[in-house]
Amino acid sequence: MLHTYDAVIVGAGGAGLMAALEASKSAKVAVLTKLYPTRSHTGTAQGGIGAALGNVEEDHWEWHVFDTIKGGDYLCDQDAVEIMCREAVEVVYDLEHMGLPFNRTPDGKIDQRPFGGHTREFGKGPVSRACYAADRTGHMILQTLYQQCVKQGVHFFNEYHVLDLLINQGHVCGVVAYEIATGELHTFHAKAVFFATGGSGRMFKITSNAHALTGDGMAVAYRRGVPMEDMEFFQFHPTGIYKMGILLTEGARGEGGILINGKGERFMERYAPTMKDLAPRDMISRYIYLEIREGRGINGKDYVYLDLRHLGRDVLNKKLPDITDFVQTYLGIDPATEPIPIQPTAHYAMGGIPTNYDAEVVIDKKNTVLPGFYAAGEVACVSIHGANRLGTNSLVDIVVFGRRGGRKMADYVKRTDLVPLPPDPEDYVQEQIARLLASHGGDNVANLREKMQVEMMDKCGVFRTAEHLRNVQQTLADLQDHYRQVTLMDKGKTFNTELLEAIELGNLLDLAEATVAAALAREESRGAHYREDFPKRDDANWLKHSLAYKTDSGIRLAYKPVTITKYQPQERKY
Amino acid sequence: MLVSVRIKRFDPDVDRKPHWEAYTAEVEPTDRVLDALNEIKWHQDGTLTFRRSCGHGICGSDAMMINGRNRLACKVLIRDVGAKISVEPLRGFAVIKDLVVDMEQFFAKYRSILPYLINDNPPPEKERLQSPQERARFDDTTKCILCAACTTSCPSFWADKEYVGPAAIVQAHRFIFDSRDEGAGQRLSILAERHGVWPCHTIFNCTDACPRGIEVTRAIQEVKDAIVTGRV
Repeated sequence: MLHTYDAVIVGAGGAGLMAALEASKSAKVAVLTKLYPTRSHTGTAQGGIGAALGNVEEDHWEWHVFDTIKGGDYLCDQDAVEIMCREAVEVVYDLEHMGLPFNRTPDGKIDQRPFGGHTREFGKGPVSRACYAADRTGHMILQTLYQQCVKQGVHFFNEYHVLDLLINQGHVCGVVAYEIATGELHTFHAKAVFFATGGSGRMFKITSNAHALTGDGMAVAYRRGVPMEDMEFFQFHPTGIYKMGILLTEGARGEGGILINGKGERFMERYAPTMKDLAPRDMISRYIYLEIREGRGINGKDYVYLDLRHLGRDVLNKKLPDITDFVQTYLGIDPATEPIPIQPTAHYAMGGIPTNYDAEVVIDKKNTVLPGFYAAGEVACVSIHGANRLGTNSLVDIVVFGRRGGRKMADYVKRTDLVPLPPDPEDYVQEQIARLLASHGGDNVANLREKMQVEMMDKCGVFRTAEHLRNVQQTLADLQDHYRQVTLMDKGKTFNTELLEAIELGNLLDLAEATVAAALAREESRGAHYREDFPKRDDANWLKHSLAYKTDSGIRLAYKPVTITKYQPQERKY
Repeated sequence: MLVSVRIKRFDPDVDRKPHWEAYTAEVEPTDRVLDALNEIKWHQDGTLTFRRSCGHGICGSDAMMINGRNRLACKVLIRDVGAKISVEPLRGFAVIKDLVVDMEQFFAKYRSILPYLINDNPPPEKERLQSPQERARFDDTTKCILCAACTTSCPSFWADKEYVGPAAIVQAHRFIFDSRDEGAGQRLSILAERHGVWPCHTIFNCTDACPRGIEVTRAIQEVKDAIVTGRV
């Protein structure tokens, strides 16, 4: 079936919904999501949205800029960071005006708390910048934005899984989507397409990410010639529930929680004397692994403790109720009386589809715009987060750039006409599906996926070496071979989630290959990318963004400069 | 440990009506029921179909009836339900396939109660002020994840599908009692209709089913009070 719109937005999390609210004011917009909007992963964000409101103590957006750039180990594009931190203040007030139920200070203002990497006066100590709603800030943001979409009559196509991007005459002109309930294909013809499809944490065995996060938007664009930027930078959040990966917010440490090793020591005091347990996430994850390697895990095992006992029940109930519930449900632990076993969990893709600071997709080192294509949120790489993202900055990212991109796109579609679709737009997807349904005698999806996840976690995780990376590169090549014969039991048309999991696995394999290639090439350590064989940051050779192109002869890597306005790289100490 | 899992299956392309299928799965006591379902789907029967996403009780995708009670499959551990597990789709919505039900009516009822802030005054430059006490007044009902466990556990809803249902009333409550909202009158009019709050007979299945621990029945009674007394 064919549909025609001014603009199509793919993904209904924070970035997609913000873009929809903006663009639907003046353009005919459809939002496609493979879930229902309130199921999007934005809803699981816990700790807060960072904005220099200065409600609890003095704060300035300029300090936020510096913290973000240093947090990103100087790989951030500084002009974009300035825009984000300045607009963050206005956007948080807008969210409150829409009804977001923030926690409040005694005098009725939006309450704020400290968070990892956020400092006053360019690093003197922690600052209360995270605007929060209990420990379910993401849930509140997602619900509030969806409520506004209902109010504004935004048009949704729920449980439509986008499988291809359509490009013709050098313009993006639509998408092909699979209607999950019926197995029918739909072509959406549009003047512009906006991807807000989130991250790809399911590449790894232990992840905070939902099952749905399989990098679909990235992979679809990648296969159509759009490079993937900075794929080697994947954040491992330090405090996931041991073995399960379920996130326990950094906000717990913002409220005073600390990490302790098998000797009962607050080990972060040694590694980051000023910020201690509020150092940036990439650093804490590495230090947790170091403690474990040196035998100081709990009972010598492979985890440490998050200790919240001293916070008291009142703080736990008012400020951290959801994680108290998680810990009770999944571990049978009462955080008021027992410490919590935690380990690093694959959490956030700093890399993704390259964009400028208006969310327009750019496809080379000169930042040439691909007309009609926009991206924002975790799927995109502006780059705001550089080599490592600070907590609370993802929620800012999605609303600021969702809105900017929505506005830019609305403006664009007013001025342009529809570009005709390429001939037989559904052929590629039809062939992909037919092949998967016809295949027999091969491995099943889960076996291949699990192998990828275990190997990526072990060999392309927090600590990397050339040897391990080449090893997993070979494993991925083998898995791609096996994937060509992957065999399904479900051959039906109604709600065939096995077929979709197979397609998602294909997406993850492609992105994993790009991640490993970029990681192998980058012979330095920066932010979340740590090479044991190249442990130092090398600005002379590596102060640049990677671009990975998928070609018929393999992955081609290119590089583009980092935009530096104010802050030259310094040593990164906390 | 080995568990036996009976699942109510339905494939619309093949079956005339739902039927039970029995599986066994090797799981840990600390695994979630969702993990058992995935174990079966991924390694035994790829046709088994269910919605799921976050896996830790926030997104609301995997509400289903487990051992006769509406729960989120990702919030129930094997050790909570034991070695004999039965799994069925939520009751009261049309079954699309296996454990996937038609959620369209549920969301239509949600939309019908005006689930968004209503305040036509121009907003201040900064935030509208709200005291911690005012904020606490509606805190409980902000937790709702629209999983439908409450509405589909309600005998009043099973008896009359026109009943707007507990979830929609919870969502209305969240705004009615928010000091920044001025749409209470409109929403209370809607809920004072025949299929608004009145079918609720305080059965309490909703409160029992809610995976977020919301006091759903209490919220419904507070809305009834507001309708009857004209005071919020």
